[in-house]
Amino acid sequence: MDIRLQDFMMDKGGGPAREHLVVIGNGMAGCRAVEEILARDPARYRVTIVGAEPHVNYNRIMLSPVLAGEKTFDDIVINDRAWYDDNGITLVASDPVEAIDRETKSVSLRSGKVISYDRLLIATGSDPFIIPVPGHNLRGVISFRDMADVDAMLQAADKGGDAVVIGGGLLGLEAAHGLNLRGMKVTVLHIMPTLMERQLDEAAGWLLKNALEKRGQTILTGADTAEIVGETEVEGVRLKDGTLIPASLVVMAVGIRPSVALAKRAGIEVGRGIQVDDHMVTSDPDVLAVGECVEHDGQVYGLVAPLWEMCRALADGLTERHTGYRGSVTSTKLKVSGIDVFSAGDFAGGAGAEDIVLRDASRGVYKRVVVQDDKLVGAVLYGDTGDGGWYFDLIRKGEDVSAFRDMLIFGQSYALGGGQTDPKAAVAALPDDSEICGCNGVSKGKVVATIEGGACTLDAVRAVCKASASCGSCTGLVETLLAVTLGDDYSGERTTKTMCKCTSFGHDEVRHAIVERDLREIPQVMQELSWSTPDGCSSCRPALNYYLLCAWPGEYRDDQQSRFVNERMHANIQKDGTYSVVPRMWGGITNPRELRAIADVVEKYDAPMVKVTGGQRLDIFGIKKEDLPAVWADLNAAGMVSGHAYGKALRTVKTCVGSEWCRFGTQDSTGLGIKLERMSWGSWMPHKFKIAVSGCPRNCAEATIKDFGVICVDSGYELLVGGNGGIKLRGTELLCKVETEQQAMDYCAAFIQLYREEARYLDRTAPWIERVGIDYVRSRIVDDEVGREALTARFLFSQSFSQDDPWEKRAAGAERELHSPIGVFQPAGSFPIAAE
Amino acid sequence: MVTGEWLDVGRLDEIPVRGARTVQIPGGEEIAIFRTGDNRIFGLVNRCPHKAGQLSQGIVVGHSVACPLHNWTIALATGEAQGEDKGCTPVVPVRVDAGRVLVSRAAALAAAA
Repeated sequence: MDIRLQDFMMDKGGGPAREHLVVIGNGMAGCRAVEEILARDPARYRVTIVGAEPHVNYNRIMLSPVLAGEKTFDDIVINDRAWYDDNGITLVASDPVEAIDRETKSVSLRSGKVISYDRLLIATGSDPFIIPVPGHNLRGVISFRDMADVDAMLQAADKGGDAVVIGGGLLGLEAAHGLNLRGMKVTVLHIMPTLMERQLDEAAGWLLKNALEKRGQTILTGADTAEIVGETEVEGVRLKDGTLIPASLVVMAVGIRPSVALAKRAGIEVGRGIQVDDHMVTSDPDVLAVGECVEHDGQVYGLVAPLWEMCRALADGLTERHTGYRGSVTSTKLKVSGIDVFSAGDFAGGAGAEDIVLRDASRGVYKRVVVQDDKLVGAVLYGDTGDGGWYFDLIRKGEDVSAFRDMLIFGQSYALGGGQTDPKAAVAALPDDSEICGCNGVSKGKVVATIEGGACTLDAVRAVCKASASCGSCTGLVETLLAVTLGDDYSGERTTKTMCKCTSFGHDEVRHAIVERDLREIPQVMQELSWSTPDGCSSCRPALNYYLLCAWPGEYRDDQQSRFVNERMHANIQKDGTYSVVPRMWGGITNPRELRAIADVVEKYDAPMVKVTGGQRLDIFGIKKEDLPAVWADLNAAGMVSGHAYGKALRTVKTCVGSEWCRFGTQDSTGLGIKLERMSWGSWMPHKFKIAVSGCPRNCAEATIKDFGVICVDSGYELLVGGNGGIKLRGTELLCKVETEQQAMDYCAAFIQLYREEARYLDRTAPWIERVGIDYVRSRIVDDEVGREALTARFLFSQSFSQDDPWEKRAAGAERELHSPIGVFQPAGSFPIAAE
Repeated sequence: MVTGEWLDVGRLDEIPVRGARTVQIPGGEEIAIFRTGDNRIFGLVNRCPHKAGQLSQGIVVGHSVACPLHNWTIALATGEAQGEDKGCTPVVPVRVDAGRVLVSRAAALAAAA
């Protein structure tokens, strides 16, 4: 490089020797880089900035407040005309660079103008990513990237009507917020289940979604856009599931890509972005690049903070200081007034990373910090972002936080304030009037008085003064107060077993809260009940999924990823990874057509074994997951549906032949069995559920070891409950005797519903009845006629949503991805072939 | 498509959030590619160190997966069994670029060998 030589040749009087620095891009990065260079050596370069937009340099990240009406364009101008003039900078606006010629060291502009350079700085930023769905080029489809886009949105908003924003990331949500404030009816479509999933976790994403919905926006997550409809103007957006959302404006904010086309055409090395070294120099030593268009050390950035750091390194390099850029830690704040969201660093964690979570349901606060090797590595804050700056600082400095680790989550003033590093001592030192339970307004003094008054367990404290009885987030504090107040007398044990390590509540408390407090989604339950983990564990997620499904039939959207493999695959996984398939045979009755279809499946798919099960069904073993949909299609064709042999659901109704054939039979046991199975198949339950109907007291169907058994007698039907033939043999107990078949059905439905609503997840009926007592069950089903009828009605209502065959949907192609690999690797050709 | 050391196996959005998809290696061990709730990607040989259960079929929570056969919990980043259980399944380097899922070619070849 000959910079030194040129230095000597430089003529401060404005002679020809000053190097000419041409900057492509009049945006934040380009101008900031020039500012940094001027600050170091104002006379060093002659500067020309070429911009595509007609404006002077403005703050692009403040476009959202302009859209929202909180700022004007003048407010967001960073450098006005005078700055260019004062510093002798030539600004060429509204004339984008079309080509770079590295041979002649010049750039050519759209107008035909050619400018030569000594040094070239590419600061082209990024381009909005437009998903190439049909209709993406209709009038009224815009991105959210520059002032022209904001003007287009403001014009559309003047006419009112419906707007659809595709993309629930930072930019999309800010656009939606602005359009909403401008009076448009806004729907946000986000393909992922969580809003801003790059910055937020599920819990914070859910809180955000909730807050935006309260402001009148419609937020559709998991929404996959199929096409944008309209003749020449946008009329609406159609989703892949067929939903049509009317819209006169569509804002695409699904992401940005580094703008690299210009550099690529010039033969400069480009990966995801323009590749630069630590001094922001590209593969051509005379060409530099900075901002969102670059790739440094494999990283590309779409936020503003890294840009400042890059510009400093660039200016240092251009003035021979060579400090170098080392990559950036980024933080994000959503600019939606009244909603506080902050995220920084690597909150996803890795090996050895530990989460500390604090939730305060009454204030709508969620905080999560991630600690790894005694250092803070990430933070997500919702509702209270006051400590965001402090956390960000700790992350960037990589400070050892072990000294105040236990207090970290409470924020800077608490963690560093009193010097109380022992949580017990900190709680003991709290003044008597400090609030312990925010939900019920209970002070420390009152909790201590309650404990001293004889309440020596958490449950007793909850019962007497209501502290920790609502959201539960102060449970830890109350338990500490119990320990501090009672000393050695505190047993430390809770009387209720908690659901799992993620919560301080038991199953019954959680179920109760779901109904009482109208909780509708898993993240909502976790927030309201102060889960201590960000997204639960493999034991609470399936339980919560079931509880919500049971509480809100027809409304709750089943979360497949919270189900055990068998329920997700609608077949039973075997130890070799293949599956077994059990078609339903109503009441254990079959016919030649069904048997032929089963035989055909066994041969066609090479099933190594077929077995008659204890529940009078045929079990086909050794089916590969890829073959399951085809197997189901063949069985469906013969009229058979899923037997749910894999589910926490009704398994089988076992019957004997009854009065139709048997000389001892007293009633039509097969007929009743078939009716019971038709009524109750497909319903999800806390655990598997088996029914049997025997036609006489000889009990050939073994009804006395089933969850619900019927023994037919001359005068009617004996109804038996709570039997189990599993690990712990338990005979049924008599529920009651009824006279008609219809009564037997109604009581069965009521019993199932009581079990569904009140048993704990993974409780069979036997342990449940042992816990609550048969007298309780009788009091609800037999003695309380109104209550029984209501239970029956609730069961039948719930069944109206659950009796569609899951196999049929899968055989028709639903959720194909569950049955096929994403790809197949071919070592011979060394390339994978997509499986679909 | 082959890009140097990485094999492009498909789109990120083809893998369910809190779920997994597999890459088959004819004559070798299947690879499981996991996508977590916070949208991270991890690759493991699709075999639990305990009884060879298909980890791809387990419940994914945080950065671990519970094996569908006996509920062993495996850390996605290291392949190590968690808690009292001892064992480890090999990690397969994976990454995402522009919405595409890339698997380390060397690891895929090793699995096929």
